[in-house]
Amino acid sequence: MSENIERNKPVISKKLDKFFTGLADAFRFVKRFFQEVWFPPYEFKEVLRQCYEIGYRSLPLISLTGFIVGIVFTNQSRPSLSEFGATSWLPALISIAIIRAMGPLVTALIAAGKVGSSIGAEIGSMKVTEQIDAMEVSAINPFKYLVVTRTIATTLMIPILVLYTDFVALIGSFINVNQNELVSLSTFFVQVFEAISFLDVFSSLIKSLVFGFTIGIVGCYKGYNSSNGTEGVGKAANASVVMSMFLIFIEELLALQIVNAIRYA
Amino acid sequence: MPSDYTKKIVEIRGVKKSFDENHVLRGVDLDLYERENLVVLGKSGSGKSVLIKLMVGLLQQDEGTINIFGQDTTKLSLKDLNKLRLKIGFAFQASALYDSMTVRENMEFPLVRNVKNLTRKEINLKVEGLLDSVGLPKTINQMPAELSGGQKKRIGIARTLVLEPEIMLYDEPTAGLDPTTCIDINNLINQVREEYNTSSIVITHDLTCAKVTGDRMAVLIEGQFQAIGSFEEVFAQAKDPKVKSFYDYNFIQ
Ligand SMILES: Nc1ncnc2c1ncn2[C@@H]1O[C@H](COP(=O)(O)OP(=O)(O)OP(=O)(O)O)[C@@H](O)[C@H]1O
Ligand SMILES: [Mg+2]
Repeated sequence: MSENIERNKPVISKKLDKFFTGLADAFRFVKRFFQEVWFPPYEFKEVLRQCYEIGYRSLPLISLTGFIVGIVFTNQSRPSLSEFGATSWLPALISIAIIRAMGPLVTALIAAGKVGSSIGAEIGSMKVTEQIDAMEVSAINPFKYLVVTRTIATTLMIPILVLYTDFVALIGSFINVNQNELVSLSTFFVQVFEAISFLDVFSSLIKSLVFGFTIGIVGCYKGYNSSNGTEGVGKAANASVVMSMFLIFIEELLALQIVNAIRYA
Repeated sequence: MPSDYTKKIVEIRGVKKSFDENHVLRGVDLDLYERENLVVLGKSGSGKSVLIKLMVGLLQQDEGTINIFGQDTTKLSLKDLNKLRLKIGFAFQASALYDSMTVRENMEFPLVRNVKNLTRKEINLKVEGLLDSVGLPKTINQMPAELSGGQKKRIGIARTLVLEPEIMLYDEPTAGLDPTTCIDINNLINQVREEYNTSSIVITHDLTCAKVTGDRMAVLIEGQFQAIGSFEEVFAQAKDPKVKSFYDYNFIQ
């Protein structure tokens, strides 16, 4: 077991050792998810309940943020376009920005804050109050019941929420465009859809799946490994937000590279 | 009280367990006989909880063997370990009720997940019956957060009983409770043995609880059992100063 590693002197330095054991640990956690997700019991009810919780928790904030992002982004982009007399390109510009980047990013960051932290805190408190142990001793697989369900739920729900954010942001943008350029709803949306390709939507959804998976698994991992004591619960919640936001940005950059490689291939 | 200890149910031999430099258990030997209530005493941090966690595979020992119903727990596959776990009721020190579930759901959870093809009626009957027997029928639709510590303990015990365990492990069942609630819990522990024919390990700091529930006492000091025997044997004639001081301390308090 891990004893020989723990008992021996540090290989490089204590901090680096800890970092690498942590990394290996996280990797094992993700691996375990992919090992267990395929086999029954599937816990459909729990997944559904989690999906509902995620939607319920993040919808108000996402609606507001998406809407405001749409308005503000449109308003701020106008001056640069009007220099070239190209304000008629606004809907196209906005739609590309929102579908490709803003929608997924805004949704994922908000969900990381709202959903990720609450998953971290919930599982963390179950861990420190021995509820997870209680499941284990009654022959219930807590990993399956808690981790797999929540991770599936975030993975499914984030893409749906992203579509919703895209829509709300476009509505916000439309209101702004409608007021300033007097473009009708139908013209606006025709331009919006002309500007985006299948690749845009498809890659945005795949990216959102990855974001969702990240939020769920990170929250669960941090909660599951929270150290004892109530203090650990707060730490787990906090760490899951920081960690998943960091990973979301990294993934965003990677996704950009991959999609560009496909787009210009 | 069982008149003779004939059937050994649990046999612990030479168990050692350390956490880094913290050597908690340093060679523990212990037997549990059929239908016996064995009380484990020991200071806070002496490793009592660790010992029973080893028994159900929540932790793994570094050395030594734990045999339960003749099976070496470390050699079991997860499936067989789970089968064994179903025969062991583990009442946690802090109750460990599921926060997000009502009392009813808490009690049903282990049942519906481990026993297939139960009808709604059978489940209800079982849950309500058990809540009655721990004296808390009215809490059925409450959330754990709404219950007192003593109520939580009793429901925690009732929850472990839904699977009709053959061994009960009580981790400080009376800790932090007022004397009357302690009496209730002590009675409950004895009542469980009468009704379910369980063999139990009762971990406690509370010598009244030890005296009322225990057939034998085992005192864990510095990672080993220093004294095992009846209450009188362990304390009245305690020669070992550490055992004696444990007794004096508890009764002067
Ligand atoms: N999972 C763990 N990781 C690291 N150390 C642990 C772990 N579990 C227990 N310990 C350590 O083992 C020692 C014994 O703990 P244990 O919980 O068994 O004490 P206890 O006898 O049950 O005490 P109490 O009466 O306070 O419950 C403590 O020093 C504790 O810090
Ligand atoms: Mg303890």
